[in-house]
Amino acid sequence: MTVLNERQQLSYIAAQAADARLNVELETEGMTLNIGPQHPATHGTLRIIARLDGEQVVWAEPVAGYMHRGYEKLTEVRTFPQVTSLINRIDWLGSFANEVPFILAAEQLMEIEAPPRAQYIRTILFELSRIANVSLFLGDLGVQMGAITPVFLAFRDREYVLNLIEGATGGRFHPNFDRIGGLKDDLPKGWIDETKQVMKKLRMFCDEIEDLLFGNEIFQSRTRGVGIIPADVAKSYGMSGANLRASGVDWDLRRDQDIAMSWDKADFKVWTHPDGDSWARCWIRLQETREATKIVDQLIDDIPAGPVMTKVPRIIKVPEGEAWVSTENPLGEMGYYVVSKGDLGPFRVKIRSASFNNISIAPWVLKGVYVPDIITILASLYFILGDIDR
Amino acid sequence: MIVQLAVEIPYWGQSLLRVLGGLVAVLLPAGTIVYVFLFKMMSFMQSRLGPMEAGPYGSMQLLAEVSKWLQKEDIIPENADAKIFKIAPVIVLASTFLLVVVVPFGPDAWMTNFQAGVFYALAIGSVSVIGILIAGYSSANKYSYLGGLRAAGQLIAYELPMVLAVVGVVIQAGSMNLQQIVVAQNTQEIFGLDWIGLPFVLTQPVGFLIFMIAVQAELTQAPFDMPIAESELVSGYMTEYSGFRFLIFFIGEFATAGVFAFIASILFLGGWGVPFSWFGWDTIDSVDNWMNVVGPLIMLSKMMLLVGIIMWVRFSYPRFREDQLQRFAGRF
Amino acid sequence: MPSKPKVPGLVKGLGVTMGIMFRTFKDGANTVQYPHVKETPPIRSRGVIALHEENCTACMLCSRSCPDWCIYIEAHKQLAPPRRAGGKPRQVNDLDRFDIDYALCMYCGICVEVCPFDALFWSPEYEYSEPRIADLLHDKTKLGEWMETVPEAPELEAGAQKK
Repeated sequence: MTVLNERQQLSYIAAQAADARLNVELETEGMTLNIGPQHPATHGTLRIIARLDGEQVVWAEPVAGYMHRGYEKLTEVRTFPQVTSLINRIDWLGSFANEVPFILAAEQLMEIEAPPRAQYIRTILFELSRIANVSLFLGDLGVQMGAITPVFLAFRDREYVLNLIEGATGGRFHPNFDRIGGLKDDLPKGWIDETKQVMKKLRMFCDEIEDLLFGNEIFQSRTRGVGIIPADVAKSYGMSGANLRASGVDWDLRRDQDIAMSWDKADFKVWTHPDGDSWARCWIRLQETREATKIVDQLIDDIPAGPVMTKVPRIIKVPEGEAWVSTENPLGEMGYYVVSKGDLGPFRVKIRSASFNNISIAPWVLKGVYVPDIITILASLYFILGDIDR
Repeated sequence: MIVQLAVEIPYWGQSLLRVLGGLVAVLLPAGTIVYVFLFKMMSFMQSRLGPMEAGPYGSMQLLAEVSKWLQKEDIIPENADAKIFKIAPVIVLASTFLLVVVVPFGPDAWMTNFQAGVFYALAIGSVSVIGILIAGYSSANKYSYLGGLRAAGQLIAYELPMVLAVVGVVIQAGSMNLQQIVVAQNTQEIFGLDWIGLPFVLTQPVGFLIFMIAVQAELTQAPFDMPIAESELVSGYMTEYSGFRFLIFFIGEFATAGVFAFIASILFLGGWGVPFSWFGWDTIDSVDNWMNVVGPLIMLSKMMLLVGIIMWVRFSYPRFREDQLQRFAGRF
Repeated sequence: MPSKPKVPGLVKGLGVTMGIMFRTFKDGANTVQYPHVKETPPIRSRGVIALHEENCTACMLCSRSCPDWCIYIEAHKQLAPPRRAGGKPRQVNDLDRFDIDYALCMYCGICVEVCPFDALFWSPEYEYSEPRIADLLHDKTKLGEWMETVPEAPELEAGAQKK
């Protein structure tokens, strides 16, 4: 048995320590990638922590809350008109669509209904905001995949819709137009003709995007078969909107619910797709945009004459009670649970936002996918951070 | 009025001219490409006008951008390996300069005339891979690391289709010397018509297509721009570079596009020449001297055409995923 | 995964971008070169709020209903001459200070709507950005100047009820 002298012992221990340090530094079990809050791909400040093995994701978790603005607390100390102007900003792309369920809930508590003209105009503005929202999605889809041109086309055509909304309400992104009992104002002259022109342009835009993006084989190979969500998993996570319909579930609140809006006066198709992959989700949104233009075209010719506001007192105090109203918003199902104690403002409002449930499926669906596919799947799920975090 | 330059220029003068020529040959196309295609063509394809403020119709925008980058702070990340961090962009740009020396611009306007020009060109094209790889590694940033690895895989994979496409040209021309290839294209005839010469794109369209796709991949342009996937890796291996170093990468990207287009136009479109039968020349020695001035202009226009196609594809397509990209290369 | 790329879809995409490029050459771009050319916003556009001081009675309704509390009003009571000869002097509110802080204003329009005396009006004027935030507090005089930019209310569509 040889005895190592002290110098040899020390060098042996040093070599072992160096080896251990190397293992820790290289993290040979897997790299943790932080698709951090500031990132060009996520629609806002969403953070996804992904543990990678090479290029495959082993485990992923979304961390939301970087944009929490405390809406439900804010509504406790504001009056109904003030709350209406605030909630425009939850899903800032589909702006008008945020106000509608809240106002409908308040009207349910007051047991009044808006006059038919107001209902028609509300529905038309709702569909316009859907078009504005989803056309941006179509453009953004290109950017996430690497095609830089569609987004400019999307913004170009979205400008027309925003100009329409501004012409009627005064605000492009935050219309603040819905009031308890009807609408703030009537439509300005020439709006109906302009809307018809814009709907034609938007259909042309949908065709352009279909040729440029959806017909592209590269895009198809990036999205087909990626991120498949079966119908029962989607339902159990509470997904809604186009994501649910892309998994084959025939669920559309516009058709299935009976609330004081005019969707039953228009004839539209509810698109579903059996696959449940990213391609299905993107494709369904394209078709829904086209359907929305058709709904607007049908409704805009039939707007009944009359007032846009029922008789409501000047200072509105909503009677005591609780009401829940949800609608088929551009992002999914958005609902408000309004608790009122007979005051000027609500006592408590619970906001059910679509994107929160849509993004909750991320850990399940991101297992085993490649890093670029994370972006594809998140892009196809389509969330707005303001909607997730409120 | 054509003046015969019969002056005997000493060797050091010739070398100086060659160096200047090389600089111009790399930087002028880079600037032109950036302005015409990146600023203007991309904007027009997106229904907007592009930069209009700096200079008439935004022509000075490149100057403004260059000055902006030059005056930025030189930031090197703390954990980065500073020595190779600094060398990486220089390697990428140096490979472009090394590549342009073998491109002939006219019957006598060349910098070097290797007998194995094609071989040299393909080999040097791979040197930039080293630069990208060490840029990604030394940035001490996981995103850059991923970008560098992806780039290395992609660039090496697409060398093979490029080589195979070029082999067809070499066989048809009978030589690896680029000057010979140009002469071969302009002196032969197709279908008995000698007024179009024989640009090899006519006899080897598939080779041309494969070469262009391989060039698109070598330049990491969309649809092959996974290494710089902007929406995921935020510029990939270039993320940590700022100021002057980023400028070198930027110029390198477009200069390389220009130089590869030069090479493509030599191999497939007939290079600096027009069919010799137009002017009644037989061999390269009988070509007039004014061709030395017109030749570069012809090269420039052919280069712009090819780069236009590269950029057109870049602005229209989404990008491939990395494994799909490699599979695509394998199918060639 | 793509095998040999099918030409039609990819080529159609190229055709779309080329088509847009030629359309831009022919018809011009869809963009407006802002400082040189300015677009006119629609009439109802919410640009800035203008104050018609004579109508204001300092009832404080706008200040109370603002979601951001960005309107600052100070007033005092004083006696005004009687309307008819031989009558009593009336007590009126006289405005000392009426400031709107446009750094806080969220352009919701609730103040314009609740004003019972029609003293506040929307104007589509939007170019009033300042280098200092403090300058964004528009006082009484400045708000009175905006009154010149207030447009006539637009005509309403057919079928609307006249108010």
